[in-house]
Amino acid sequence: MSTTPALAEGRTSALPAFLGKVSRLVATIAVTIFGLLVVTFLIGRVVPVDPVLAVVGDRASQSTYDKAFVELGLDRPLYVQFGLYVKKAVTGDFGESLLTKKPIIDDIARAFPATLELATVAILIGTLLGVPVGVWAAVRQGKLVDQVVRIIGLMGYSAPIFWLGLLGLLVFYAKWGIVAGPGRIDISYEYAFTPTTGLFLLDTAMQGQWGAFRNVVSHIALPASLLAYYSMAYIARMTRSFMLNELAQEYVVTARVKGVAEWRIIWVHALRNAAVPLVTVITLSYASLLEGSVLTETVFAWPGLGQYLTNSLQNADMNAVLGGTLLIGIIFVGLNLLSDFLYTLLDPRVRRRT
Amino acid sequence: MSTQAPRQGLGEWLRSEQPASRNQARLGQIWRTWVLFTGNRLGMIGLGIVVLLVLVAVFANVIAPYDPVLGGDLRTERLLPPSMAHLMGTDDLARDIFSRVVHGARLTLMVVALVAIIATPIGLLVGTVSGYFGGWVDTVLMRITDIFLAFPRLILALAFVAALGPGIENAIIAIAITSWPPYARLARAETLTIRNAEHIDAIRLQGASSPRIIWGHVVPLCLSSVIIRVTLDMAGIILTAAGLGFLGLGAQPPQPEWGAMIAGGRRFIIDYWWVATMPGIAIFTVSLGFNLLGDGLRDVLDPKADK
Repeated sequence: MSTTPALAEGRTSALPAFLGKVSRLVATIAVTIFGLLVVTFLIGRVVPVDPVLAVVGDRASQSTYDKAFVELGLDRPLYVQFGLYVKKAVTGDFGESLLTKKPIIDDIARAFPATLELATVAILIGTLLGVPVGVWAAVRQGKLVDQVVRIIGLMGYSAPIFWLGLLGLLVFYAKWGIVAGPGRIDISYEYAFTPTTGLFLLDTAMQGQWGAFRNVVSHIALPASLLAYYSMAYIARMTRSFMLNELAQEYVVTARVKGVAEWRIIWVHALRNAAVPLVTVITLSYASLLEGSVLTETVFAWPGLGQYLTNSLQNADMNAVLGGTLLIGIIFVGLNLLSDFLYTLLDPRVRRRT
Repeated sequence: MSTQAPRQGLGEWLRSEQPASRNQARLGQIWRTWVLFTGNRLGMIGLGIVVLLVLVAVFANVIAPYDPVLGGDLRTERLLPPSMAHLMGTDDLARDIFSRVVHGARLTLMVVALVAIIATPIGLLVGTVSGYFGGWVDTVLMRITDIFLAFPRLILALAFVAALGPGIENAIIAIAITSWPPYARLARAETLTIRNAEHIDAIRLQGASSPRIIWGHVVPLCLSSVIIRVTLDMAGIILTAAGLGFLGLGAQPPQPEWGAMIAGGRRFIIDYWWVATMPGIAIFTVSLGFNLLGDGLRDVLDPKADK
């Protein structure tokens, strides 16, 4: 089949429209990140009664206090302070951590892969289970399966994640011993491989260290399943709602009249259309896993970003807290934009409109 | 004729097709909603749990058999398993866990109520002003809202608590500050549909000022959908507060806050499982109740949303 004129025309005029969209996107990102900077600056400098104490802690000596006072630029007007803050933040300089005495950006770079690995495994499990379960519930709407899925979902929305984590450790680790305990890896395996990517599953597999690989799997199994449960509850609920929408469309009736097999109508015709909004849902729930990981990492002693944040909080290490907060905010914005972008890419109707 | 009948039943008065007064019409509307809601079994269970929470909080002094803060004999009454004397066992300071959970209901209810009281007006104000005026006011206010939405809620609350210092009051402020943006979005969307309605034009032509129009005529129309949204969020508020408590940033010891109690029992989880498990059951039950109630309310009041 040759290209129809309308389609060809759509392609030629798409480029300037696309460029316009990109420039608007860049403007949105810039404004939002600027806003994130303003908020973190305000939290760090304006909200505390004494920002110096918030940074150095109340046990600091007078000389440290004076040094920090000048370093923070508190002797200068607020807008100058903000300018300095932005200038440093843009170059990735969030100051030094009180705890580790290293630049915060390095600490974060070291902790981030642990969180990334956990969230990625969780979202994979959550999607692979959540989508089929949601489809199943939609097909059997109002039946027992649907009710069970709804109740499991509601329980997921209601249970505190740190509590379920503790119960999970109690049952699966302490009582039954089928998973490994807190942490990412046993100390005996810690030096069996070189962490090149920081994603231990990938590192151990690439270097053929299968003993260490199995150990990593047994450590990640419980926290990842726990996070996966939460994303599964959300993904299944949304899949069900999108599928119900699609199954009520006329093309489904047409397919049935033509005698297309029922499984094909459900899994090929309808799910393909439901997949477009679903991509947004999955991306957003991936972003929320990064948030959910704060509590999970605390329970499982997982050395990721969440644990870094809470440790810094408990030691009143304000710079580290703000650096971590800012970074998570930026990742959040990035994933939001990514979901918008994927939506445009996958849905031809949205693509043509722009 | 029927409106003049001297002895008319209350039910009939409520169901009247021709309400004689504005109050009768309103009460009739509430009555119809209530009848619809009672048909929703899960919603009624949720309402039951929430009512129970309120009752437990009000009568905590009567229900709790022991003092929630002062423990018993440290030599003999530490970490006792659940029994008839101590329904949920005792913790490491020989305090009765059941009494602490009962008193914790007060803290939970206080957090939920205060967050709702602080966040709802902020959201309503920002949303209605933004939607009513439009133009650059709208752009600026919605940008600010977007920036707050750009942070994950718990992380932003953590940062605020870090700056303000730990404690239940600061936790409430932090949760409220992070809760209002969705309400502002919702109120703005509602305002946009109301703004150009004829009755608003009529009021404007009578010379009413903008604040008067917003406060007297726009806000009341946005209120119901915002309240449903707040109810749906309450489970999330409880979980955030419990999370902050668990991290040691919410209520401080010896306050019987459920999240902090779980954190306290964490060290003994393997040998003395009840210390951390019991407060968790309380959190779970209460947030399940709010979730069921919110779902039921939404089914009744907004049949379009989420099939």
